[in-house]
Amino acid sequence: MANISFRLKAENKGDFYEVKALFKHPMESGTRKNKATGEVYPADFINEITAKVNGTPAMVAEWSGAVSQNPFLAFRVTGKAGDKVEVSCTSNKGDTGTKTVNLA
Amino acid sequence: MKRRTFLKAGLATGATAVAVNAGILAPNTVLAAWNEKAFKTKSVDEGMTAVFGATSAADSADVKLKAPSIAENGAVVPVEVNASAMKDVESIAIFAVKNPVPLACTAKFSGAGVGFASVRLKMGETQDVIAVVKAGGKLYKAKSEVKVTIGGCGG
Repeated sequence: MANISFRLKAENKGDFYEVKALFKHPMESGTRKNKATGEVYPADFINEITAKVNGTPAMVAEWSGAVSQNPFLAFRVTGKAGDKVEVSCTSNKGDTGTKTVNLA
Repeated sequence: MKRRTFLKAGLATGATAVAVNAGILAPNTVLAAWNEKAFKTKSVDEGMTAVFGATSAADSADVKLKAPSIAENGAVVPVEVNASAMKDVESIAIFAVKNPVPLACTAKFSGAGVGFASVRLKMGETQDVIAVVKAGGKLYKAKSEVKVTIGGCGG
C-alpha cells in the first residue's frame, strides 16, 4: 500500500470556503490496453474521498475510473477561520492519503 | 485497507448494508463504502437506479452545470456542478452518457458541506454530460453537450 500524495488548499470566498485538492495519481480505469501486447492495464484509481470539518463529515465523493489522471477536486464548505478541514482518499488498491488544511 | 475493512465489518452491516445494496442512499449518513455496484452499471438509467433508486429527474435551472462545449482534450474535461442555490442538497452525481460506465462520480454532503463539486473527467467521444442533484428528497438534473476532438480513453 502506497501513500497517495496530494496538495490541498482552502480559499475564503465570503459565504463559504472553497477547498481544492490536486492528487497525484495515474487513475488507470482498468479498460485501457497496451496496444503492443494487448494486455489490459490493471485498474488503479482513487475511488473515495472524504472531507471532514472539525472531525464532522462534510462530504464524501465516490469516483469511477472516468476521472482524469492527476485528478482535481473542488468542493465548498461553510465554516469559520481556524476550522480544520481534513481530506482523505482511498484507491481501489487500498492506497490512502490524508491531509489537513486550516480555514483562514 | 484496515479502515475500510473495519467500516465494512462494523458500521456497514445490518440495515445500512441492505440500504446500500438496494441502491438507496441514506441521507446525512456519510459512510465510507464505495458503491461498487453503481460503478459497474452500463447505462445512465441503471446508474441512476443504483445511486438514487429512481430514473426520472426534473430539469432545473438551479442545477448549474459548467462544462466546455468543445473539449480539445478528452482526457481532461473540467466539469463543475453548482447546486448551492438549492436547499438541502444531499448528493450530486455526474454522468458522461457514452462512457463505458456512464456514472463518473458522486458526492454526498452532510454537515458543513455545500452542494458544489468540480472535477475533471475523461471522455472518449462527443457526448452529453448530465448532472443529477438530490435535494430535499427530490431529483433534479441539468444536461450539457461536450464536443470532444481528441478522445481521452484510448491507449
